[in-house]
Amino acid sequence: MRIGLFATCLGDTLFPDAVRATALLLSRLGHELVFPPDQTCCGQMHLNTGYQREPVPLIRNFAEQFGDTSIDAVVMPSGSCAGCVRHQHMTVADRYGDAALRAGVAAVKDKTYELSEFLVDVAGTVDVGAYFPHRVTYHPTCHSLRMLRVGDKPLRLLREVEGIDLVELPEADACCGFGGTFAVKNAATSSAMLADKLDHVTSTGAAVCTAGDSSCLMHIGGGLSRISSGTRTLHLAEILAATHTAPHALTEAAR
Amino acid sequence: MSSTFLGMPARPPRSPYGEGHLRGDQAFPQAAARELGNRQLRDNLHKATRTIRAKRLAVTAELPDWEELRSAGAALKNEAMSRLPELLEQLEAKVTEAGGTVHWARDAAEANALVAELVAATGSREVIKVKSMATQEIGLNEYLESQGVTAHETDLAELIVQLADDRPSHILVPAIHRNREEIRRIFLERIPGVDPDLTSVPAELAAAARAYLREKFMTVPVAVSGANFGIAETGTLSVVESEGNGRMCLTLPKTLITVMGIEKVLPRYADLEVFLQLLPRSSTGERMNPYTTLWTGVTPGDGPQEFHLVLLDNGRTAALADAVGREALNCIRCSACLNVCPVYERVGGHAYGSTYPGPIGAVLTPQLAGTHAAKDDPNASLPYASTLCGACYDACPVKIDIPSLLVELRHQTTERTGRGAEQLAMKAVAAVMGRPKLYRAAQKAAAIGRIAAGRDGTISRLPPPLSGWSESRDTPAPPRRTFRDWYASEEGRRALAAAAEHQDLDETPEGER
Ligand code: SF4
Repeated sequence: MRIGLFATCLGDTLFPDAVRATALLLSRLGHELVFPPDQTCCGQMHLNTGYQREPVPLIRNFAEQFGDTSIDAVVMPSGSCAGCVRHQHMTVADRYGDAALRAGVAAVKDKTYELSEFLVDVAGTVDVGAYFPHRVTYHPTCHSLRMLRVGDKPLRLLREVEGIDLVELPEADACCGFGGTFAVKNAATSSAMLADKLDHVTSTGAAVCTAGDSSCLMHIGGGLSRISSGTRTLHLAEILAATHTAPHALTEAAR
Repeated sequence: MSSTFLGMPARPPRSPYGEGHLRGDQAFPQAAARELGNRQLRDNLHKATRTIRAKRLAVTAELPDWEELRSAGAALKNEAMSRLPELLEQLEAKVTEAGGTVHWARDAAEANALVAELVAATGSREVIKVKSMATQEIGLNEYLESQGVTAHETDLAELIVQLADDRPSHILVPAIHRNREEIRRIFLERIPGVDPDLTSVPAELAAAARAYLREKFMTVPVAVSGANFGIAETGTLSVVESEGNGRMCLTLPKTLITVMGIEKVLPRYADLEVFLQLLPRSSTGERMNPYTTLWTGVTPGDGPQEFHLVLLDNGRTAALADAVGREALNCIRCSACLNVCPVYERVGGHAYGSTYPGPIGAVLTPQLAGTHAAKDDPNASLPYASTLCGACYDACPVKIDIPSLLVELRHQTTERTGRGAEQLAMKAVAAVMGRPKLYRAAQKAAAIGRIAAGRDGTISRLPPPLSGWSESRDTPAPPRRTFRDWYASEEGRRALAAAAEHQDLDETPEGER
C-alpha cells in the first residue's frame, strides 16, 4: 500500500527513533512510504487544552498534506494523535471551518490509523518478523484503548516477536497521569498517578516498558529515569522494527 | 401587565445559575494538592474504589445485553430532557391527583424556605432524612438548623459524615474517605449512650447506628427525601437504597417532603425496568438493589398522610439550554465514573469543592453554578481536573461522553475568559505549527535545548510553568537530528531501501521460508 507517514510533532522533534522504526518497519513489510514534507502537528494539545480556533490552520494543513487520493492510508506511531484526527478534527471543522475544510477532514480521517491498527486491521499482519530478546511489559495508553479501541492488537503483535519475554503489567489499563497539559496544570495529582504506574512497571522486572504513544512513554520514561530504575521505555514500533539482521541497540549492547 | 409590546424580551436572556454547595473555596489543583497530602485518605480511597470497580465489572459483564441497556438508558434520558416541561407538568398533575402537593423552587433559597415552612406547619422541630444529593446540593440541613430544626441523616455513611461535622466526598458512599477505625471513634464521641467497648467490626458499628436511628424512626413525624426517579405517567416517586433506613423514613412518618431535581423525571412507569437494572449494577455492583420504594401520592390509613413534592431547578434550566449541560443532566448519580476515575481515586471528593465530585462533577458543577463569579472561580478549574483517559465514559450506564464534554467546557472557558499567558502561548505555537517553514526553524531552535541537559542527556529542571512537571519527571534532551532530517538524508534513504529489500516475510510462500 501507499502510506502517508505522519511523524507527529513530538515524534519528529523529540522521539525520532520511534518514527524511524515505524518507517523502516512499514518499508520492510513492502509498503510504499510518502512523507509529505510540510506536515507539522495534529493540534491535539490545543484541542484538549480548550482551544479550537487556534488549531484551525494546523487541521487544514494536515488535511492538505495527506489529502492526496493516491495515499491509501495515513499511519502514525501515536494512538492519541490518530484519535485526535479521527474524532476531534471534525468538531473544529464543523465549528470554524468552511466546506472545503470539512470535506478535507472527512476524507483524511477515515484513512487514518495508529500503527498497530494499521498492521493488524488493514495490512492483516500479526507476525512482522521481529526479533527482540528481552523482557517487555506493555502499557496500553488511554487514547489507544478507549478512543481508538485498539484492544489487544499491540499485544498480538508483540506475542509474535521472536525471543521476547512478554510480562503482564499489573493494573495496565490505569492512566499513567500524563494527560497533556494535565501534567503541568495538575502536576501533583499527575505525579501521584505516575508513582503508582512506576511501581507497577518496576514490579514486572521488565527491561523495557513499551506503548504506542511517545507522549505517555515520555511521562513514564521521565519518571523511571528520575527513580533510576533499571527499566527503560521504548515505542512499540522500535520493538517491531528490530530483526536479527537489524537488531535494536538494546540487543546489540547485550551481545 | 401592559398590553403594548415594547420590543423588550419577556424573559431574562438566560436562566439563573444554581447556588448552594456547588463551589469550593480553592481551585482544583490547590485543593487536590492539599488532599494528596493525606496518606490515609489515599489508602482508604484506593481500597474502596478498587473493590467496587471489580464488583461492577463482574455484574455488568454477566449481562449479555449490557450495551443495549446502556443505549436504552441514554435514549430514555434524552427523551426526558427534550420533553422536560411537558413531563414535569404531567408529573405535577398526577401527583396532585393522587393527593400530593407539588411546589416549584427556582433555586436553593426557595427550596430551603419551602421545606422549612412545610416542616414548621407540622409543629415538629426534627426531621429524619433519606440520603439525598438534591438536599445536599442546596444545603438544606444547615438551613433547617438555622431555623431551629434538627435534621437527622439516616443513611449510615451520611450519618457518619454528619456526626463528624464533615462533608460527603462521594455520591454514593459519602464517607468513603473514612475507614472503620475512624468511624468507631466518631461514634464513640458523638452517639449519646453508645457502648464504650464498641469495636470496629462492621456489624457492631451498624448495630450502634441502628439503635440510635431506631429511636428517631419511631418518634420523628416528618421525613425529607430526594428521589431517584419521578414518573410523569403515574405521579410515582421512587428511592433506591441499600439499607432499608430510607424505607423507614418513607413509610413511618406522618409527613413526607421530597425534594427532586427536575431532571429526574422519566416519561413512563415501564422505563423503570431499564434504570433499575442499570443503577444498582453500576453503582454498588449489585444485581438488584435491596430496597426500592415506590409511592404515589397518599393512601388513607397507610404510610405518610401528607406528601409534598418540591421540584428543584437550581441551575438545571440553565444547563438544559446548553448542549453540554443537557447531556450532563442525564446523569443518574450512580457514581460509577467516580469509582473508575484515576484522578478521583487519588484526591477524593473534597478537592472538587461541590456536592458533585469526580468526572461528572467536573462537568455538572460548572454547568449548574457557572464559572462566572470571578476570573479565578474555582469552578473554572474543574474541567481541567481530568487526563481525558476515558474510563468514565466506558463506565457510565447512560453513556455520557464525559471526556468530550470536558473538552467542550474547556473550550467554552477559554472562549469566554481567554487564559492570558496560556492563550498567547497557544496562539504562538499554532502560528508556528500552521506554517511548515516556521515549524522547521522552531525544531532547530528546540535542539538548542540540549544545552539544558545534563551529561546523561536528560533535563531534570524546567522553569515555570513547567516546573511542576520536572518535580517528578526527567525530560530527554532533544536529539541532534529530527526524523525529517534523517528521512531526507542519504543515510535515511539507504536504510529505508535496505529495509524494503528484506520485505521477504509476507511475500515468500510458506514452503520456501
Ligand atoms: S455520569 Fe454516568 S457514571 Fe457518572 S454518576 Fe452519572 S450516571 Fe453514573
